[in-house]
Amino acid sequence: MTTSTISPGRGARRGSGAVTGRLPWVLVVPALLGMAFLVLPLAGLLVRAPWSTLAVRLAEPQVLEALRLSLVTATVATAGCLLLGVPLAWLLARVDFPGRRVVRALVTVPLVLPPVVGGVALLLVFGRRGLIGQWLDATFGVTLPFTSAGVVVAEAFVAMPFLVISVEGALRAADQRFEEAAATLGASRWTIFRRVTLPLIAPGVVAGAVLCWARALGEFGATITFAGNFPGQTQTMPLAVYLALETEPEAAIVLSLVLLAVSVVILASLRDRWVNSP
Amino acid sequence: MILDTRLVVTRPGFTLDLELQVAAGQVVALLGPNGAGKSTALRALAGLTGLSDGGHITLDDRPLHTLAADSRPIGMVFQDYLLFPHLSALDNVAFGPRCRGEGKADARRTAAAWLQRVGLGDHAAVRPRHLSGGQAQRVALARALAVRPRLLLLDEPLAALDAHTRLEIRSRLRRHLADFDGATVLVTHDPLDAMVLADRLVVIENGAVVQQGTPGEVARRPRTDYVARLVGLNLYRGHARDQQVTVDDVPFSVAGHLEGPAFVAFSPSAVALYRSRPDGSPRNLWQARIEGIERHGDNIRIHLDGPITAFADVTPAAVADLDLAFGQQIWASVKATETHAYPA
Repeated sequence: MTTSTISPGRGARRGSGAVTGRLPWVLVVPALLGMAFLVLPLAGLLVRAPWSTLAVRLAEPQVLEALRLSLVTATVATAGCLLLGVPLAWLLARVDFPGRRVVRALVTVPLVLPPVVGGVALLLVFGRRGLIGQWLDATFGVTLPFTSAGVVVAEAFVAMPFLVISVEGALRAADQRFEEAAATLGASRWTIFRRVTLPLIAPGVVAGAVLCWARALGEFGATITFAGNFPGQTQTMPLAVYLALETEPEAAIVLSLVLLAVSVVILASLRDRWVNSP
Repeated sequence: MILDTRLVVTRPGFTLDLELQVAAGQVVALLGPNGAGKSTALRALAGLTGLSDGGHITLDDRPLHTLAADSRPIGMVFQDYLLFPHLSALDNVAFGPRCRGEGKADARRTAAAWLQRVGLGDHAAVRPRHLSGGQAQRVALARALAVRPRLLLLDEPLAALDAHTRLEIRSRLRRHLADFDGATVLVTHDPLDAMVLADRLVVIENGAVVQQGTPGEVARRPRTDYVARLVGLNLYRGHARDQQVTVDDVPFSVAGHLEGPAFVAFSPSAVALYRSRPDGSPRNLWQARIEGIERHGDNIRIHLDGPITAFADVTPAAVADLDLAFGQQIWASVKATETHAYPA
């Protein structure tokens, strides 16, 4: 989830190379192969990109539509995750209730669950005939599947564990004695959370939100299962990429480039501003 | 008595059980070695640790132990201050008044006045990480006092300071404590802090009170090895009869009448060393072996083993004259007028 820097510490003098001897090829060769495996496909994307027609293709209404939908749904999903996930993380980190371990395990299930399975599960619960969907339809006339709201639900379902885990980690790492100090000053638990805990774990919350947003932006399986693939309605960028690949490979490359650019920007901002800061 | 409490905290392998009374305006220091339960006692008073069965806290004739930490009329200064890093000094001090219902502007006015009182009026906008240790300590004190507590709790308030700052902050703290009209409970493992700041010392070992009294009483009449070490005295438990206390076959003559179990205490500087057995009374005299020699201030501290173990402080010149060396057999004596005996 987070990258940690390796502190130089006692090993600082290793840089001279005088003490350590030759690098073992058993480690170096696989390492280089692994690096190539991760970097080459991305490089290929850049090499094969139709740079000359890029601007025109980017301005195509379907691309813009998909991009807009992706950004909006990912942002709304992240907002929802923040609203529900931060209190959930707080509950897991600060309140000792029976079955806490089980709850924590359940919360992280979507993290390892194949997204398609998540989509099926969402359909069973929020679908028109689903356990809750039926009731939503009857009471409010709201149906989630195959709507933009459904996209948000699918993305939030898959992305929220990232936020919860990140925030819970930040809460556990935060010095709880600040909260005790606040309590001795007369602060209620809500005041402590609002005025002490939240500011102290702000970097963790932001990092979690960014990860959550990136995951929501790239969501494919649960979205296509639960929300379908309607241009302008539920066709997000990853769906558009997949569709374009069959009809118009160049468009798929362009869409992929956009997603790659967004990912790189996120990673860069995450590293420099939040992950390495204390 | 504004604070009347019996603190009982039971944990696996540790039980704290101590009674404590503190009058208005009085400062009581809980003194004890690491792990004695001092901090647990303070946390129990603050409501950060729950009391076990049999414990109670009464403050101003009202039960305190039934209240949550945030409802207790207390102020606490933590060992490393725990100033909120994201708030300025002013907002740190204003935090308590805000939580206790003051409006934002009122709370900031209160806070500004308190910063003024601790001499940091011009540091209002500074973030804690830009404050020196001594300044942070004063902000922490202002923050604790700004809620107008009836009970002030100080956890090792000077431990995090360097020696020079400590001196200044100690005398400042003493003045602020003198102005404070509620009860103060101070936790420290430093006897000097305790002696200077407290009206009464309560010494805790293994979760129980082993001795209490005014700093003077405790310093003159230690009752445990820990206290004796703290105040720098040799302490022995013996049996008194006919103006004589016998400690492991070494007879000490004492002034005044004393019968039964008794303590004998004397300062390491009262011990005189001889190469051969001195003439005169066999009292207050024993043969010892040198177990260690180390520097102690301007003098040399000799560790003596024998029928009784003792410290003797002698001048470097005496070490040279007597040609003292590790493992050497030597005679030690202490003047009757410099020993202090009291009932055990």
